[in-house]
Amino acid sequence: MGQEPIHEMTAAYALNALDETERREYEQHLAGCRSCREELPALVEAANSLAYATPAPEPPRELRARILEQARLERSTVVPLRSRRLVRGALTTGALAAAAAVALAIWASSLRSSLDDTRSALERREQVVAVLSDPESRQVVLAGADGRLVVAPSGRATLVASLPRPPEGRTYQAWVQTGGTARSAGVFEPSEGRAIFRLEQPVLRGSVVMVTLEADGGVPAPTGQFLVRARA
Amino acid sequence: MVAYTPVVAYPLRTFARTKPLQRDVAHLSDEALIALVARGEDDALAALYDRYGRVAYGLAVRVVRDPTLAEDAVQEAFLTVWRSSGRFVAERSKASSWILTIVHRRAVDVVRREERRRSEPLVQPPAPPELTDDAAWLRLERERVQTALKSLPDAQREALELAYYGGFTQSELADRLGQPLGTIKSRMFAGLRQLRELLTVQASEKDPWDKSRSTR
Repeated sequence: MGQEPIHEMTAAYALNALDETERREYEQHLAGCRSCREELPALVEAANSLAYATPAPEPPRELRARILEQARLERSTVVPLRSRRLVRGALTTGALAAAAAVALAIWASSLRSSLDDTRSALERREQVVAVLSDPESRQVVLAGADGRLVVAPSGRATLVASLPRPPEGRTYQAWVQTGGTARSAGVFEPSEGRAIFRLEQPVLRGSVVMVTLEADGGVPAPTGQFLVRARA
Repeated sequence: MVAYTPVVAYPLRTFARTKPLQRDVAHLSDEALIALVARGEDDALAALYDRYGRVAYGLAVRVVRDPTLAEDAVQEAFLTVWRSSGRFVAERSKASSWILTIVHRRAVDVVRREERRRSEPLVQPPAPPELTDDAAWLRLERERVQTALKSLPDAQREALELAYYGGFTQSELADRLGQPLGTIKSRMFAGLRQLRELLTVQASEKDPWDKSRSTR
């Protein structure tokens, strides 16, 4: 009632009732709409209250044990994929028992590979939502492409940009330049003309975020011209 | 100060301090537990599972309608919590809500892959005997949300239930209910806001009752 249709999609989003395309469209809207970002947490909570309205049978006991076992296994094997802060924590706990861990890592990664697509897509979504749904996030309009850089107070940043598919063998790579050095913030692929990408480097106030086209897999230092720029 | 503690108490205290995470996490807030999970403390993950595993499993069973698939969804969801807890932003959402969102997404992902799913009618398993405090609390909570849900207009309740429990997208709902997409969006939006209102009002009305009860 008197609501723009896209605002009303906040409810469908909270209920997880959007398909992939709609979800991307809405997340892009969310990045630029403070009132949706403010409304979202309350609607998410209302949606999740529905979880309590259904009978809750006792889960099988083995489920708990399986989850914890798998979590411990991952702690000792997936460490290199985590952030540096976590790596340091894991190292001090002595979880990296050298050879055994390496062997397990190889086994675990082969086991995981089939699930990785869905899993990483889901996790990426979680990360993006965390930044976009934070009303304290700052936004910077991009130069060079339509879109925005959304930076949470913690420095976590998400780039939302309209970008064409890169040429064969090339990929987009994001960079965060602070005090003269540009550090890679990861490579990404746009989908259907849009990229929503969570930078793998924190973005501090005054840093410059840039995007270049590079060889597949990315490069250690930028070689291409800067297609997109934003000063955070 | 410790030096003046009676001898008997001293070793007990020392013992407790040497393994703090084994026992103490159960008293922490959800948010504190998530912070520990982000540091790789599996006891904290266990405590979160003890708090939300049952609701999570109930939700997953309701959505995917298959106990084995439900277990898989819950397992994957808690492992997602384990891997991505560092990204949880406490100021933006309650930890319980964050966890349930992940569980719900998992379950819906499963059900959208399995096309057998949602043409089947909703079958509610008979409620098991509720003997523990935990079960009793869950039952009260269920009654509270069900009461709120029942007071919504039928069309809104139907849209919310089909979306949340059925895993239908808004477009699928529009097809199924023979309504324009805009109508479905409005129903979900109005319904969810209204539900939020009802639950908030109930919660604030409940406070004085709780106080009078605790002074007894």
